[in-house]
Amino acid sequence: MNVKALVCLLLLPVTALGQGFAGLGTQAGDFAQPVPGRALEFPADHGPHPDHRIEWWYLTANMSGPDGTPYGLQWTLFRSALSPRDGEGWDTPQLWMGHAAVTTPDAHHVAERLARGGIGQAGVQADPFLAWIDDWAMEGPDFDNLRLTASDGDFAYDVRLRASGPLVRHGQDGYSVKSAAGQASHYYSQPFFQLSGTLSLPKGDVLVTGTAWLDREWSSQPLAEDQQGWDWFSLSFDSGDKLMGFVLRGSTDYTSASWITAAGEVTALADGAFAAAPLDWHDVAGRQVPTTWQVSLPVQDLEVTVTALNPDAWMDTSVPYWEGPVTVTGSHEGVGYLEMTGYD
Amino acid sequence: MTGAILSALFSHWRRNPLQLLTLLVGLALATALWSGVQAINAEARASYDAAAETLGQGQFAQITALDGEAMSQQTYIALRRAGWMVSPVTEGRLGPVRIIGLEPLTAPGGLGPVDVDGGGDLASFLSGPGQIFARQDTLARLPDMGVEGVATPDVAPDTAITDIGLAQRLLNRPDQIDRLIVLPDQPLTRRPLAEVAPDLTMVAPQDGSDVAQLTDSFHLNLTAFGLLSFAVGLFIVHGAIGLAFEQRRAMVRTLRAVGAPLRRLILLMAVELAVLALIAGASGVALGYVIAAALLPDVAVTLRGLYGAEVSGQMTLRPTWWLSGLAIALVGTTVAASGALWSLARMPLLSGAHPRAFSMSHRHRGKALLAMGLLVVSAAVAVWGQGLLAGFVMLGTLLIGGALALPPILTLLLAWAERHARAPVTQWFWADTRQQVPGLSLALMALMLAMAANVGVSTMVSSFRLTFMGFLDQRLASELYVRVDDPAQAAAVTAAATGHVDAILPLLSVDQQIVGMPAEILGARDHATYRDNWQFLRASPDVWDRLAEGNGVLVNEQMYRRAGLDLEADIAVGQDVTLPVLGIYGDYGNPAGQVIITEDLFRSLFPQIGARQFGLRVDPGRVPALRDRLRQEAGVAEGAMIDQAAIKATSLDIFERTFTVTTALNVLTLAVAGFAILMSLLTLAGMRLPQLAPIWALGLTRRRLATLDLLRTLLLASLTGALALPLGLALAWALLAVVNVEAFGWRLPMYLFPLDYLRLGVLALLAAAIAALWPAWRLSRTPPAQLLGVFRHER
Repeated sequence: MNVKALVCLLLLPVTALGQGFAGLGTQAGDFAQPVPGRALEFPADHGPHPDHRIEWWYLTANMSGPDGTPYGLQWTLFRSALSPRDGEGWDTPQLWMGHAAVTTPDAHHVAERLARGGIGQAGVQADPFLAWIDDWAMEGPDFDNLRLTASDGDFAYDVRLRASGPLVRHGQDGYSVKSAAGQASHYYSQPFFQLSGTLSLPKGDVLVTGTAWLDREWSSQPLAEDQQGWDWFSLSFDSGDKLMGFVLRGSTDYTSASWITAAGEVTALADGAFAAAPLDWHDVAGRQVPTTWQVSLPVQDLEVTVTALNPDAWMDTSVPYWEGPVTVTGSHEGVGYLEMTGYD
Repeated sequence: MTGAILSALFSHWRRNPLQLLTLLVGLALATALWSGVQAINAEARASYDAAAETLGQGQFAQITALDGEAMSQQTYIALRRAGWMVSPVTEGRLGPVRIIGLEPLTAPGGLGPVDVDGGGDLASFLSGPGQIFARQDTLARLPDMGVEGVATPDVAPDTAITDIGLAQRLLNRPDQIDRLIVLPDQPLTRRPLAEVAPDLTMVAPQDGSDVAQLTDSFHLNLTAFGLLSFAVGLFIVHGAIGLAFEQRRAMVRTLRAVGAPLRRLILLMAVELAVLALIAGASGVALGYVIAAALLPDVAVTLRGLYGAEVSGQMTLRPTWWLSGLAIALVGTTVAASGALWSLARMPLLSGAHPRAFSMSHRHRGKALLAMGLLVVSAAVAVWGQGLLAGFVMLGTLLIGGALALPPILTLLLAWAERHARAPVTQWFWADTRQQVPGLSLALMALMLAMAANVGVSTMVSSFRLTFMGFLDQRLASELYVRVDDPAQAAAVTAAATGHVDAILPLLSVDQQIVGMPAEILGARDHATYRDNWQFLRASPDVWDRLAEGNGVLVNEQMYRRAGLDLEADIAVGQDVTLPVLGIYGDYGNPAGQVIITEDLFRSLFPQIGARQFGLRVDPGRVPALRDRLRQEAGVAEGAMIDQAAIKATSLDIFERTFTVTTALNVLTLAVAGFAILMSLLTLAGMRLPQLAPIWALGLTRRRLATLDLLRTLLLASLTGALALPLGLALAWALLAVVNVEAFGWRLPMYLFPLDYLRLGVLALLAAAIAALWPAWRLSRTPPAQLLGVFRHER
C-alpha cells in the first residue's frame, strides 16, 4: 500500500536535489534491493533496514467522538538514507521525517518533524517496539500493544492501540511489486488495531474510539522512472473485511490490491484486478485533486463510492500530498483512508 | 517657444560658467559627503545583519547553560524528546575564522545556507566530505581540510558556516553544543525547561543584535556628520540657485514680455534644475563611493576593535544606496530652489529687474526672529524634552537657529565696530564689510555649520576616547586575564599562579533577570585592585567596606538609568536576597544591566557556578614568563590569555583609526565650506565693482583694496569661527548628554579640547584665506579701464 509514503520519504534528499516526485524512480545504486521469497521475520523486521533507501511506519485511523462526530488521524515516521550504511553521531547518512495529522469534518491539522539519525533524536527499535521522532512516539511492549503520541502548536493526540487480528503480508508473502518493470518493496500491515484515546483540539479535548491501520514498507527504488504519483486506498468494511488497493499513475497505470477477510486471510490481486476512477475533483491548495472516487473490485463484486470526510485534507509538508479519512458507500459500506500524491 | 525659452535659459549658464560650476560642484560635494557616510553605515549594518542572521540572534530566543559552559548533545536530545523545538549551534575559532555549526533539519527556515525546502544542496551539506560556506576572502584563510568551500557574500565577515557534525569535528568538540535556537512555534505538550534541563536558561530574543545596538552609537555620530555635511552643501546650492534666479529676473521679464507663458517657463526651469541635480547627484554618488571605499577599512577596524563587530572592509554597490543619493540631491535642489521659483512665479510682469536685491536683501529682522525662535525651542526641548526624537529636534533647531542667527549677529558686531572707528578708511572698511554680509551670509553659514559640526563631533570622539581609556584602566586593572574551560583547569591555573603573582582575582558571572531587565551578576573578590582603580559616577560613603561585608551591591549606569534606581534603593539579586545599591559605575558600550556583588555572596547565591576568568596581578615585566608558565602547567591556550598592555595598545590603535575617519571628514567639510566662500566672493566681485571704483578714484590703490578684501574675509571667517565654537560645544553636549543617553542608556562625560579647537580655527582661516586669495588677486589686477568704466555706465 503505501506507496504513498514513499514519496515523502524520499522527499528529504529528493527535494534537496530538486528532483520532485520523479526522484522516487531514481536508480537504487548501492542500496539493497527487495528480494522475492525473502521471509519476513518478526520482531526483527519491525525495526529499520538501513541498507534500503527508504522505509516507513505509517498509521492511519478512523475514529468517532462521544457525539458520533467522525475523525481521522495520521502518524508517520519516514526513514531516508543518503547512502546504504548506518552509523553513530552526526556522521550517519540516515535521515528521519515525521508527519502527524488530525482531520475533522471541517478542519485539518498537520505537523512535520525532521531529524538526523545517529544522535538519538529519532529512530526505531524492534523489541520492545519503539518508533520516535522528538516527542512523538509509537511505543509498546510489543507490536500488538502500542501507545501513540504526537503534538504540535494547535493539536495533540495520545491514543492506545490493541491488535485484534494478525499481521498481513501483501503481494508475494510481503514482496509487493510496484510496476510492470519489476520495481518492488517489502510490505506488510497490521490493519486490525482497535483504538481509544484523546485528541486535543483547539475547541478542547475529545475522547475517541475507532480502528487503525499500520503499514510497514521498505524499498530502494519503489517507482518506475515514468511513474509520477499514486492513489492509495485502505478501506475497512462493516462486514469486517478490508481492502488495500493502489493505482500507480505512469505512461500506463499499474494497480495492485489485497483483499483481507475479517479473519486475516489475504488474497493478493494482480495488475488490473483493482480499479479506481475519479468522480469529483476538489480545488485545494491551488490545484485540482479528486476527492470522490468510484472503486471497483469485480472478483469480490465490489462497486463503491469513496468520499473524503474533509476534501481539504491537504498535507502542507516539505513534499505536499493529500491524505485523509474517507467514507465508503455502495455494494459495501465502511470507512477508510485515501492518499494521493503527484498532483502538481 | 519652448526652444526659445531653453536657449535663453542655457545662454545664462554659458555666460556664467562659474555659477554653473558652483551649483554642480556644491551639490555634488554635498551629495558625496552624505552618500559616502550613508554607504559606510549601510555596509557596516549589512555586515551586522548577516552576522545576526547567521547566528540566529535577535529573531529567536536562545537557550544556553547557566554556567556559560557548553551543554552536552544528550541535553539537546532530551529537550527535543520533551517537545522543545530547538536547533543546536556549536561554534568556535579555527585560526582567524569563526566556525559556526548549524543543524539544517531543525534550524528555522532561511537561517542557514541550505534548508529542507530546496535551498542549497542539502545532501552535500550533510554527507560526504561536507561543505563550508563563507566569503571568498574568509575561505582563503581557512586551512585545507578536505572540505568543499562554497563562496557566498551572505555570511558575515570572518565567519564560516557548516554542518554541526563537521563543526564539532573541525573544532575537536565532539558532542558539545554551545546554544540552542528556540523556534517560534512550540507544541502543546512541551514539558517545562526547569524540569527537563534545570542547568539551562532561556534568553528572550533581543530587538536587534547586541553589536547593532552598540555600534548604533558610532553610526549615529557618522549620520549626524553626514547630515551636517549635506546641510552645508545645501547652503551652497541655495546660494548658487538663488543668485542664478536673481540674475535671470530680467531675462524672465523679457521672455514673458515677448509672450512666453509663465507656467511653461517655470516648468522648464524646474526641469533644467532637475537635470542639473541629477548630473551633480550622480557625480556626487560616485565621489561618495570613493570616499566610502577609502574610509571603510578604517571604520571596519574601528568597529571590530571597539565592539567586536565584524565588518567587511570591502564596499558593495547597493541600489538603495545610490538611489537614495540621487533622491537626496533632487530633494536638496527642490528645497533650495522652491523659494526662488515661487518668487519668480509671483513677480509682476512689469516689475523692475533688481539683480542686487538678492545680495542686499534686508530681511535680517525676520531671520533674527526666526533664529531666536528656533534657539528658544531648542533650549526648551533640552530642558523638558523626553526621548530620542526630542534629542534630534533639539539638534536640528539648535543648528538651524545658530546658522540663521549668524548674519544678524555679524551685522550687529560690525555696526558696533563701525561706530567706534575713527579714520575714514577704517570707517569705510567696517561699513563695506557690513554691506557684504548679506551676500556672503550663505557661505558663512556653511562655514559656521562645518566648524560647529567639526567641533561637536571631534569633541564627542575625543571625549569618548578619554572616557574609554579611563574605563579600560579601571576595568583592566589586572596585568593578565585568563579564561579557563572547566573547573579542573581553574584549579590548575590557581595552582600554577600561586606564589608567582601578587594576587589572583577570580571573576564569577551569571545572567539573570533583575528588576525586570536582562542583567549580568558579577562576583568579585575584595581587593585593593578594585578600591584603587574604580571610579564611581555616584557612591555612598564607605562603599567598598559595605560591599566587602556583603551589605550592598554596585550597579552599572545602564541599570541605574533604565530601572530608575537611586543610591540605597533595594534590589533583589537572588531568592530572598535584597540589597541596597551602594555605587553606580560607568560601563561604556554594554547594552545590558550589570550588578557587582562580593565573591562570598556570589558563591552562596550561585554555588553551582565556578570562576571562568581570573585576573592576575603581577609585575608587568613578568607577564611573558607567567604566560609561559600557565601554558605549560595549566594547559591554558595562548588565545585564552589577554594581557592588559596588549588590549590598551589595540585600543589606542583603534582610536587612531577613528581619528583618521573623523579628520578626513573634517577636512572634507571644511573644503566644502571654503569652496562656498570662494564662489560667493567670485560672484560678488563683479557686482562690487561699482562700489569699489569710487574708493579707487579717491586714491586707494588696487593693491590696498585687494589686501582689505582679503582681510575682510579673514575677519568674517574669524568672527564666524568664534561664533561656531559655542554652537559646536552645544552640539557636542546634545550628542553626548541627550542623544546618547536616550539612545543607549549611558552618558558620556564631556571634555574640552582647546588645542583642537584652535587648530580647527586655524584650518578654517586657512580655508577662508585660500578661498579669498584668488578674488583678491583678481581685484588687484583689475584693469583701471574697467574701474573707470563704472563711471561711464548709466546706473
